[in-house]
Amino acid sequence: MSRKSFRQAINEALAQEMRRDPRVILMGEDVSGGSGSPGQQDAWGGPLGVTKGLYSEFGPTRVLDTPITESAFIGAAAGAAASGLRPVAELMFVDFMGVCFDQIFNQAAKFRYMFGGKAVTPLTIRTMYGAGFRAAAQHSQCLYPLFTHIPGLKCVIPSSPYEAKGLLIQAIRDDDPVIFFEHKVLYDMEEEVPDEPYTIPFGEANLVREGEDVTIVAIGRMVQMAKAAAETLAKEGIDCTIIDPRTTSPLDLDTILESVEETGRLVVVDEASPRCNMATDISAQVADQAFGALKAPIKMVSPPHVPVPFSAALEDLYIPDAGKVAAAVRAVMGAPDRREAAE
Amino acid sequence: MQLSRDDLLRAYRQMRLIREFEDRVHLEFATGDIPGFVHLYAGEEASAVGVCLHLTDRDSIASTHRGHGHCIAKDCDPVAMMKEIYGRRDGLCGGKGGSMHIADLSKGMMGANGIVGGGPPLICGAALAAKTLGTGGVAVAFVGDGGSNQGTTFEAMNLATVWKLPAIFVFENNGYAEATSSKYSVSCKDIVERAQAFGMPGVQVDGHDFFAVWEAAREAIDRARSGGGPTLIEVKLNRYYGHFEGDAQTYRAPGEVDAVRAQRDSLDLFRNRVTEAGLLDGAQLDAIDAEIRQAIDRAVADAKAAPVPGSADLLTDVYVSY
Repeated sequence: MSRKSFRQAINEALAQEMRRDPRVILMGEDVSGGSGSPGQQDAWGGPLGVTKGLYSEFGPTRVLDTPITESAFIGAAAGAAASGLRPVAELMFVDFMGVCFDQIFNQAAKFRYMFGGKAVTPLTIRTMYGAGFRAAAQHSQCLYPLFTHIPGLKCVIPSSPYEAKGLLIQAIRDDDPVIFFEHKVLYDMEEEVPDEPYTIPFGEANLVREGEDVTIVAIGRMVQMAKAAAETLAKEGIDCTIIDPRTTSPLDLDTILESVEETGRLVVVDEASPRCNMATDISAQVADQAFGALKAPIKMVSPPHVPVPFSAALEDLYIPDAGKVAAAVRAVMGAPDRREAAE
Repeated sequence: MQLSRDDLLRAYRQMRLIREFEDRVHLEFATGDIPGFVHLYAGEEASAVGVCLHLTDRDSIASTHRGHGHCIAKDCDPVAMMKEIYGRRDGLCGGKGGSMHIADLSKGMMGANGIVGGGPPLICGAALAAKTLGTGGVAVAFVGDGGSNQGTTFEAMNLATVWKLPAIFVFENNGYAEATSSKYSVSCKDIVERAQAFGMPGVQVDGHDFFAVWEAAREAIDRARSGGGPTLIEVKLNRYYGHFEGDAQTYRAPGEVDAVRAQRDSLDLFRNRVTEAGLLDGAQLDAIDAEIRQAIDRAVADAKAAPVPGSADLLTDVYVSY
């Protein structure tokens, strides 16, 4: 156990899995950085330094720089996965899905079903998402709801370095196509992370905090916002449960429903655009299956339905933060108990 | 390397099997018994067979909408194929894929594809796996003239050269992308000209001539197997039926297909060549024809009698584990 950043946790997960299984290969734009260039190779480790050192350890047959051709290499990763390798492809920003989505949702995601259960596609696509870097409209989106929508894909959204390492190792060992979302603001977050390899199963939510007044379900980086909000609310005497689903597909709805049965109040925090996102999805499923347990209307905390703005002043207004989460919790706590009113 | 007598018999048998299979699906589709979209390969047999005769199960191919011929040439079971096309439970894909997604990975057939240009990136992956795992395999993308214009295809050809992959891009130019002529839609005179732009050798062959396709494929596949990287092959051919079954083909010239059938049919050309050279005799080929007609009769009867999938099948095979 030692303190590691989210970036180091991912690097360690990749290195340990590559040592364990020679079929694991990496490909992506600048994953080594510098192929064919006159200067140093692997001095950079890609735009975020996540893959630094892997080329030096595993060499050019295991760590492949690609041209900037996402359709070709994401599709090649899918084809290689169906042909005996276990590729980890890096789609630098999830915003770039627009130029390769067919290979993900029409090809990789559907092989198994279309081919009558005979295909195995152990593909992991790591991709960076989220606002907060002043990276503007084409480099800041949270597009995991689009992938969650597709049967055949699994969607993993780690909220901390510990979660990232265990979930990434699970993703690489999983036999289905997995989209692994890394929030760019979390890369420098540090916490205690085991040095040895470990896995965190998919479809099992993490009960981050237990409280009796309200259930907060938060996705990815928003778990950190919810934790900050819960600290503030505790001083006001409001006791929050926080649930991190970890994976949006599969989704551990049972843990969410059990908690709502106990607290009777639900706030869902999602950084994705507010229409058809995880907040609307989870809210709808809870309303469908546990309406009778609710003491107050469900609150959803999401950004406004606009592209991510560039200006720091605007982006700070855009991102759901701890203050917005706390305000939503106070609103559901302040609402009259709907069940008592009906009696 | 020369074609042995067994090779010639195998080539003829597969070409005839494709023709008979497709002619029969054409007739059965018209009765309304076959559901969905069906795109037939009749007329193009020399391309699939001329290429796939060089391949074994360790080699992969990716196909197009028009995938039945590639499946048969890659040794997929024609009875299971027919059942799949009828949507039956014991079809090649359990009735979940159908004509447009027909596949058998155990034979290295990575699927017909409902997306034009969907296959070439996948083939880069299959070729990369063969190279990384040292299997000695190669991977072939069959692409139409329509797919030749897709960005996925350009990207895949570029990547195949950059990574020096054992990949072959076979462009089956039948002159039409749905109804639009390749003379209109392809920016250069011939698709083969694009090979140079992607740094790979290119060759154009007459797709009615099995021997021309076989020879070009042999050279390309030998090069790929020996580490020489990818090749582009443009195969000029004609499809006998419409883009899809039910296509009125108003865009074609009157008598266009009849003229090809009469003068340049790939099976007739093959038969004339091997019998005139004394390599095979006509009676042998007639016997193959009769045998295949019976086999297809049985395949259709089996498919019609086969059980359909049930409600339990709807929810299986989405994930390996979930």
